[in-house]
Amino acid sequence: MTGKQPFEAIVAAHGGTVLRVCRAVLGPDADDAWSETFLSAMKAYPDLPADANVEAWLVTIAHRKAIDVTRAAARRAVPVADPPERVTEDETDGTGDIAEALAGLPTKQKLAVAYHYLAGLPYAEVAMILGGSTDAARRAAADGIASLRKNARQGTHQ
Amino acid sequence: MNIDADLAQAFPDTPEHLAVLRERLAAAADSSGLLDVAYRTVDSPVGPLLLAATEQGLVRIAFAGEGHDAVLQALSDKISSRVLHAPARLDAAARELAEYFAGQRRGFDLPLDWRLAAGFRRTVLSHLPEIGYGHTASYAAVARLAGNPRAIRAAASACATNPLPVVVPCHRVVLSDGRIGNYRGGPEAKRTLLTLEEAA
Repeated sequence: MTGKQPFEAIVAAHGGTVLRVCRAVLGPDADDAWSETFLSAMKAYPDLPADANVEAWLVTIAHRKAIDVTRAAARRAVPVADPPERVTEDETDGTGDIAEALAGLPTKQKLAVAYHYLAGLPYAEVAMILGGSTDAARRAAADGIASLRKNARQGTHQ
Repeated sequence: MNIDADLAQAFPDTPEHLAVLRERLAAAADSSGLLDVAYRTVDSPVGPLLLAATEQGLVRIAFAGEGHDAVLQALSDKISSRVLHAPARLDAAARELAEYFAGQRRGFDLPLDWRLAAGFRRTVLSHLPEIGYGHTASYAAVARLAGNPRAIRAAASACATNPLPVVVPCHRVVLSDGRIGNYRGGPEAKRTLLTLEEAA
């Protein structure tokens, strides 16, 4: 009898996508969210139904972890004299105009774009994660993409 | 312009960074008690060996001919799907095996997890270290050691399904007429191990 794949295969298959999503949603705080996501996923993995959509499941966990990280960052956001060094600052592979523009979108649009365009989830799955209808998820992604296009056009004209 | 392509470009694959994160994940999983099965591979004179350990100890050594992916799937099915490539837990095993293959070690001092061998097979395997380094014994002798002199076929099948070859020295069990007999890693690997032990 063959059961589900060893967890290592799950990390190998989906680690890159989850990291891209964490970067799109969080920027430089992405590493912690990635680690938390896979640690939680590993804990729950033996109970995951064999026919589950693993990528949607992982993005759902990453979504919750990203919310946690954002909240924790907001709590920590007090000015400090000597801010801790950020090792990843220089290699934020997500920088560049489009990443910045994405970061500037309203949250719902940003998440809809990240989960549909970067993670490749269908809008029905995106809607499950964000709450609301499939149409609302599609609209949020479309609005987000329209803003990114506008932004890119302005960028090239400057 | 193609927004899909631009997005993909803005968030590229970063395999090296991902490798670092995966290493960190293995360490974090281990310290949180989630790493049910850790594995790594080592090179050896009998080909690449897959080493796997639970929290109790070394649970499986597999030859390339067994198909390492198939072995990992079997570990996932039989023990736990919480399996990660996590070399640190297997450092001691890798070191002792390297010493053994260099002819500098005659016995192994590693915690073993026997869960993949049950009943009489396990009894047989637990007696194999009594066959000294550089010596051989017949399947009949091994059946005697295990307390059931007539269970020669059962002794042979215990050796054939040894989950911990090399460390549990089933390669020292040969046919009574002197022929080398079967081996999980193939007869060539068995000959290599016996030759190594004779020479050292």
